[in-house]
Amino acid sequence: MLLEAKGLKAGYGPTHVLQGLDFEVAEGGVTALLGANGAGKTTTLRAICGMCRAEGEIRFQGQSITGRATEDVARLGIAHVPDGRGTFMELSVEENFRLGAYVRKDKEVQADFDRICDLFPRLRQRWKQQAGTLSGGEQQMLAIARALLLRPKLLLLDEPSFGLAPLIVQEIFAIMRRIRDESGVGILLVEQNANLALELADLAYLLETGRIVMHGRAAEIRQDEAIRRSYLGY
Amino acid sequence: MAESETLRSVTMPEARNPARAWRAILVLAGIVAAFAPVYLLESFQLFQLTMAVIMALAVLGLNIVTGYNGQISLGHGAFFAVGAYVTAILMSHFDWSFWATLPFSAAICAAVGYGVGFPALRLGGLYLALTTFSLAVAVPQILKHKAIEDWTGGVQGLFLVKPDAPFGLPFTSDQWMYLVAVFIAGLCFWGTWNLVRSRIGRALMAIRDNPIAAEAMGMDIAALKTGAFAVSAMVTGIAGSLSAVAIEFVAPDSFGFGVSITLFVGMVVGGVASILGSLFGGLFVLFVPNIAEAISKAAPGVIYGVILILFLFLLPDGFAGLLRRIAARLTRGRQ
Amino acid sequence: MDGLAHQIVAGIATGGIYASVALAIVMIYQATHHVNFAQGEIATLSTFLAWSMIQAGLPYWVAFFATIAVSFVIGVLVERLLMRPVQNAPVLTHVGVFIGLLLIFGNATGWIFGYTTKVFPTPFTSDKPLAGGLISAHELGSTVVTLVVLTLVWAFFRFTKLGLGMRAAAYNPRSARLVGIRVGWMLALGWGLAAAIGAVAGMMVAPVVFLDPTMMLGILLYAFAGALLGGIDNPMGAVIGGFVVGVLENLAGAYVVGTELKLTVALAIIIGVLVVRPSGLFGRVVYSRV
Repeated sequence: MLLEAKGLKAGYGPTHVLQGLDFEVAEGGVTALLGANGAGKTTTLRAICGMCRAEGEIRFQGQSITGRATEDVARLGIAHVPDGRGTFMELSVEENFRLGAYVRKDKEVQADFDRICDLFPRLRQRWKQQAGTLSGGEQQMLAIARALLLRPKLLLLDEPSFGLAPLIVQEIFAIMRRIRDESGVGILLVEQNANLALELADLAYLLETGRIVMHGRAAEIRQDEAIRRSYLGY
Repeated sequence: MAESETLRSVTMPEARNPARAWRAILVLAGIVAAFAPVYLLESFQLFQLTMAVIMALAVLGLNIVTGYNGQISLGHGAFFAVGAYVTAILMSHFDWSFWATLPFSAAICAAVGYGVGFPALRLGGLYLALTTFSLAVAVPQILKHKAIEDWTGGVQGLFLVKPDAPFGLPFTSDQWMYLVAVFIAGLCFWGTWNLVRSRIGRALMAIRDNPIAAEAMGMDIAALKTGAFAVSAMVTGIAGSLSAVAIEFVAPDSFGFGVSITLFVGMVVGGVASILGSLFGGLFVLFVPNIAEAISKAAPGVIYGVILILFLFLLPDGFAGLLRRIAARLTRGRQ
Repeated sequence: MDGLAHQIVAGIATGGIYASVALAIVMIYQATHHVNFAQGEIATLSTFLAWSMIQAGLPYWVAFFATIAVSFVIGVLVERLLMRPVQNAPVLTHVGVFIGLLLIFGNATGWIFGYTTKVFPTPFTSDKPLAGGLISAHELGSTVVTLVVLTLVWAFFRFTKLGLGMRAAAYNPRSARLVGIRVGWMLALGWGLAAAIGAVAGMMVAPVVFLDPTMMLGILLYAFAGALLGGIDNPMGAVIGGFVVGVLENLAGAYVVGTELKLTVALAIIIGVLVVRPSGLFGRVVYSRV
């Protein structure tokens, strides 16, 4: 199992947001974390990356990573595309790419630049441009590109569809399908757009006020009208 | 606070009287304590205590604008200097009595404070600190300038004479100076205490803690902030006037940025945004350098800086905060 | 006309010093959003260290580079030991810590080395006057040195991986951590670099103004003015601002207010910039959206 969480509790300051979660991401698999605003989806990703207070067990490839510093978690091979995208606005697209590959010591970085620009041709067009001048959709692509450049084993995506026009969202999810199919990267996807997420994922967990209220194979959940109506609203 | 305690203070209003009685006792004790040194201390020690009271007043001034209103001033030494020089010039060149110079000095310092408060409106924390810091560094140069040398006495400064006790009262001029300082400082402390507890005081603190919300609530931020600077400058300026007469001498080099730093340290160590803290701050600022010198004859300034940093790390709300916490623990223990 | 030309040239020479210190200030500001009030005192201490090395018999350039190395370490240590514990504290606490540093470094220097003014040697001397007396050997030498330092720093940030990492850590520490950058150490490096630059500035200015514990205070003020003028978040702007302030200070001192009021010129510039255009000539105008 690539990532396992057992009894994960997390929060900010004295507030507890997550009340004890159990979930997992398989090697090369896609797990979706669904739920409404405030359910604790972003907090879950932050807990994995040491960006907030966390207790309980989080195991990455068998190693416990609960409470580890963010930069150490990244160096282990977990890439996080945060809410708000986290783009380095003042730097160019090229510099954002270089930062994505910052901790890598191998010689295939340049090859990866090319490969990922094939995946996101728009970014190649804007190579020397300041990242802050890119559109929302392009910044999302840049954020994913930056994460992929780490050559991560696990990719954490926080609401990639947020604030984007439907056409761009389709484009991005198509690219994510390619990533899922072509690389062996495991993906933990947090999304409010349940439909898109369930199309992409193998497993799905539904979060409500810090607890998992439903989980199962994504395909089954998608077919089950009763579950969709009562939990996902469509 | 435990639920039972909250209920009790709500259902039994008499429960608040002990606190009021305590406060009255403390004030009375304070008044006795204020008079005692006149009869207990030697002339030089009394002078030191006088200076401590004056510095406490100066720190109080700084607390008004920085502690309670959140505008960081590293240049309050400038207001101290203005107050000192106004009094010195009026007494030395025009033979005014000290009391006559006070309202004048207060008014001028308030005006200068108001004047500084205007550009300060544009500046946030760090930039204001920087600007006031620059002001503090530039003050001695300005005071020494040839254009005003005839008034300020240039580098040599001006000499003053402490007034004698009036109406033939049985006090030496040193003792009288001490009583005058205590009286004036007492008035200012009392006035500030009332200001802090009033609506204006709460508005000042609201601006400090959440400027955007304060503005959204319709407070006239500009008027309040410049006003805070004016009052703050006035109080520190009055302290400056007192110091001029107490020391009987003013000279530009006594008003370098060291004064501003001293006031800042006093405020932090005594307790930011605390009336009592200002008092502690004044005592600290006057007596600790002596202690520091005793610890290390060679580098008292280093000890001073170390103490400041230790307080910032370990006791960020200063002596006053420490006392508050001890008092809270004691009263909680009793219940 | 000769006088004017010389004032301008001298202004450029001192401007180089201000530009260097302004750069150090801006570097720390960019990374931490704090202004290090103690920058000057640390630089003075470094200069005294250089002086004592030279007194002990070390050749100038050996002492020069050794001082740079030691200053770098001092900067790193100050950040790790004193700034790290209060990194999330309110502004007032930060200002307080800087003041504390100012007191400690300023007084330690006096304590260790005494308060008498010392003569600091310059490695730039020449037997015959240069450019018809327009510029002294030291002015030329120190200008070259400061330009070299500034260029090296620029190149470091622009072209090296570490420089990119430091910029990333300054602009967006959260995202920097997400790509694996150890932000804490980047900050420490920034402080080390700033201290090293300050040391160079101190060693270049000491031969002119003579070495005593309060040497850098006035210079710090001019550097602030320069940094603000150029834009406190813009390193290039800060450098230009430093040069401009140097020239302005000299011209104002010679022709307008006289040398006794020169510090007031710095003050006037600071207030002027902050009131008229707080983001400086080249800084970004930041609008805060409520």
